[in-house]
Amino acid sequence: MPDILQKAITQPPEASPEGGHTQVLLDAEHLAFRAELRAFVLREVVPIAEDYERAERFPSDLLKEKMAPQGYLGIPYPKEWGGRGLDYLAYAMAVEEFSRAWGSLGIIVAAHTTLGIGPLYNFGSESLKKAWVPRLAQGEIIGSYGLTEPQAGSDSGATHTTARRDGDGYILNGTKVFCTNATHAASTTLTAVTGKDAESGRSRISAFFVPRDTPGVMVTKHEDKLGLRGSDTSTVILEDARVSEHNMLGREGEGFKIFMQTLDNGRISIGAMALGLAQCALDEGLAYAHNGLGLFKSLFAEQETLALLADIATDISAARMMLYGVAKLKDAALPHTQEAAMAKFFASEVAMRATDRVLNLLGRDGGIRHDCPASRAFRDVKLCTIGEGTSEVQRLVISRELLRNYAKGENK
Amino acid sequence: MMTLSETAVAGPSFELTEEQRMLQDMVRDFATSTLAPRAAAYDRSCEFPHDNVKEMAELGLLGVTVPDTYGGAGMDTLAYTIVIEEIAKACASTAVIAAVQNSLVNFPLMKFGTEEQKKKYLPKLASGELIGAYSLTEPGSGSDAVAMQTRVRKEGNKYILNGTKVFVTNATGAELFIVYATLDPELKSKGVCAFIIEKNYPGFSVGRHEEMMGVRASGTSELILDNCEVPLENLLGTEGEGFKIALATLDVGRLGIAAQAIGIAQACLDYSLGYAQERKQFGKAIATFQLIQNKLVEMAVNIDAARMLLWRAAWLRERGQNFTKEASMAKLFASETAMKAGIEAVQVLGGYGYTKDYPVERYFRDAKITQIYEGTAEVQKIVIARHLTNPA
Amino acid sequence: MNIVVCLKQVPDTETRIRIKDDAGKGIVRENVKFIISPFDEFALEEALRLKEKLGGQVIALSLGPDRAKDALRTALAVGADKAVHVNDGGLAGTDSLGVARTLAAAIRKLDHDVVLFGKKGVGLDRGQVPAQVAQILGLPFAGQATEITVSDDGKSATVDREIEGGRERFEVPLPAVISREKSANELRHAALKGIMAAKSKPIQAFTLADLGLDAAALQPKVLVSKMEYPTERTAGRVLQGDAATAARELVRLLHEEAKVI
Repeated sequence: MPDILQKAITQPPEASPEGGHTQVLLDAEHLAFRAELRAFVLREVVPIAEDYERAERFPSDLLKEKMAPQGYLGIPYPKEWGGRGLDYLAYAMAVEEFSRAWGSLGIIVAAHTTLGIGPLYNFGSESLKKAWVPRLAQGEIIGSYGLTEPQAGSDSGATHTTARRDGDGYILNGTKVFCTNATHAASTTLTAVTGKDAESGRSRISAFFVPRDTPGVMVTKHEDKLGLRGSDTSTVILEDARVSEHNMLGREGEGFKIFMQTLDNGRISIGAMALGLAQCALDEGLAYAHNGLGLFKSLFAEQETLALLADIATDISAARMMLYGVAKLKDAALPHTQEAAMAKFFASEVAMRATDRVLNLLGRDGGIRHDCPASRAFRDVKLCTIGEGTSEVQRLVISRELLRNYAKGENK
Repeated sequence: MMTLSETAVAGPSFELTEEQRMLQDMVRDFATSTLAPRAAAYDRSCEFPHDNVKEMAELGLLGVTVPDTYGGAGMDTLAYTIVIEEIAKACASTAVIAAVQNSLVNFPLMKFGTEEQKKKYLPKLASGELIGAYSLTEPGSGSDAVAMQTRVRKEGNKYILNGTKVFVTNATGAELFIVYATLDPELKSKGVCAFIIEKNYPGFSVGRHEEMMGVRASGTSELILDNCEVPLENLLGTEGEGFKIALATLDVGRLGIAAQAIGIAQACLDYSLGYAQERKQFGKAIATFQLIQNKLVEMAVNIDAARMLLWRAAWLRERGQNFTKEASMAKLFASETAMKAGIEAVQVLGGYGYTKDYPVERYFRDAKITQIYEGTAEVQKIVIARHLTNPA
Repeated sequence: MNIVVCLKQVPDTETRIRIKDDAGKGIVRENVKFIISPFDEFALEEALRLKEKLGGQVIALSLGPDRAKDALRTALAVGADKAVHVNDGGLAGTDSLGVARTLAAAIRKLDHDVVLFGKKGVGLDRGQVPAQVAQILGLPFAGQATEITVSDDGKSATVDREIEGGRERFEVPLPAVISREKSANELRHAALKGIMAAKSKPIQAFTLADLGLDAAALQPKVLVSKMEYPTERTAGRVLQGDAATAARELVRLLHEEAKVI
């Protein structure tokens, strides 16, 4: 794989393995940023990925010492806020390139940037933002986020975590599960019920920014996962944890809406992650076919192998166009709920297929080894059809938007 | 009710005989009570499950189709596939160990062995005193078996073998190995010979253990033959017959793998069905959501179809008919079914399915291997295509 | 040593039992999976171990409709040497005593040194038949045995049973009837060879006539008048208000609803 990356840096875009499609979406600045990312990944990530993954080691050193100084932990946030000051497209490309080398790194960055910082940046008060955003965007500290609860998975509105008014603050009680980064994070953004709607009887959900060192906040149960084992997924327990009212993001009762908007962006980042993993699979497949390690070289299934590579590359190209397109929609401040759902759905399903098929190609030469990059990507990618809205949920979101727009008399 | 072992004019039956039902109940109970509780730990440690093997041996599961004159149970092919399917539901690693023993070691001995070889080895294989392994694949040749590099030459009263074999299932736990080597690569398939090698023969060693993504406790390792000395009487079949033996063996082997894949897929269905009926979201069990139901339905339909393909191949074999194409079809379809089922089972369990607290992620990893060993999908398709274009 | 083991089929312990509509005197048996009663399985395992130690044969005996053959085949597959099946429509609806009389008649036709039962059938859970059989046969009875040791000369047995805070030990001359308590020794799985061998082992069938019995004499003396489902456990209630209010409400409920104070 390093060979391919090396080629990718020095070759002109038209000759790059991904094909020339993305030229129409990327200007010189983006191309230069991508080259920078690839050089970084080759130098700093590829050499450590397998060892860290095997040791289930959270890459604190890589994040703080190598990535933070490059602004990679706050790519889409303005420079005055401590970020790299680039757009969402550049950020998506970064998640893609990180994931291509090491899935765990992709999800760490995505969870931190979009879910850990996002709600704070978009909905926090000026003073709260000033206190926290620069440190997070500069990578001094890591952010995490908690939405899922044991009984609230796809039904994320079924939140049971409560936030009870107490003077000038709120007392939080509840449990959040599957929180990426939680063990190493200095903060968690999460949802909690602050009341009941008098008319409908439904819970009013609000969003909070909770510093990790708040008394009553405990991080437990580091999950033992199928893949992404260099990342940390844990449970956050809140037991009479008191936060100031200034830690509420947005207004009381706006929490659900805030998180739904956050997930729109999250979908772009997970889509990018899936794309990177799919590309990793394609890289491995191309290398295998090229080097003729194939036991199939002389007699067997050349056509099948060639068709497989073509299928995967085509799928990935389409997914990439869709994903970059959504990022550009967001950067243009245009509505993109449906498109983000489509991009995440398509990219994750493409990636699942791509890694699945490439492993069959690599077969015994590595496909069944635990440490083969394609094998790791296969295990990593399974999360992409589940996290931040399962594919089933995405389809419901997409169809809802389709019908809503149809009723409005227009079909986007 | 017609059964597999009855009339010559009848077609395959969809019913099991009383013995087959009793066998299924017994293996299912054994697998559930004894094998399943140990599966996760073995998956983690990658240790060879000697206790499972011993208990399977005591029940006669390592010599299902070996005739009782050689200490086996003398049951039929369908019975064998039932055994592997039920074991695989609980532990895919243990299932492949049993499949290798039955299909890839017992069978070639029964079919191609001399009376002396059969008397010497079959009773011990059937009783589990000896565990067997089978090695064809090399670093440079897998599906392309004729590109074999392991060489053999005759020297006085011995054969001398040199070479390396990789991805040998059971290797770490085995004492008996069926090893293929060529007298001369120029002879291509006509130069290949099969040998019965005991672990203690000079020049033979089990090398590096492969850490696999799935079936991690199957003892898959390398074999190193360094001027390995094999007595002349341990040639299996005749010189140059090795390729024929390998192909015949793979036919039977594919039945075993198809059964293993079906077992894994069935475990996926059983587990996700149970989970979906318990897990509530939006106030309802997720089993009531069409999108979830569809996944379960697809699993169920594909598993049934795969099982029918497998039973049909078993039926043909029992009647002495050519079943190469049918075995390939069964293996191809069953392994794809298992992989799809694994992917969807994790999806049904969502975030929980992604953790090792639940077994579905293990099924996902185990399923992938069934698509690869004993011939990848590409190889199966070539076999089937040959039969389609040249009906034998 | 001739060891007779009596096996009864009961609905699988995971079955959701449904009471028949007809005045609720019995349960629905259609589409129910039947298994060997768990305590009888312990008895069968005990029988096989006794045979392994002392030599002889194990005879499995079951009273029941056609499906009882499955239980007997299983017994043969795990190592029983012979099986006896008593099957007669005239037995439908009989009570424990009727069963005991029939089994006793069958046992009389067999050589028997030890007659083993599970302590009770996990269905009706009455636990009467073993003692009744012993009485009818005029044999000693030791119930709920946790350990059985046969003497070297095969003429007597030492039987232990658990009691509150201790153990009782009996000496019984053989032949005797013994019922088995739960054991650490689960019934062994049938090895493949056993399953194949079971095909060629005979199952001897008896009707009431063969046993010299008359259906009329086996009419039940104990009749089931009604079967009911157990009352459903209702969910717990959380009482609201401060401690004093909740306490008052609790006392009221305990007095007026639960009627315990």
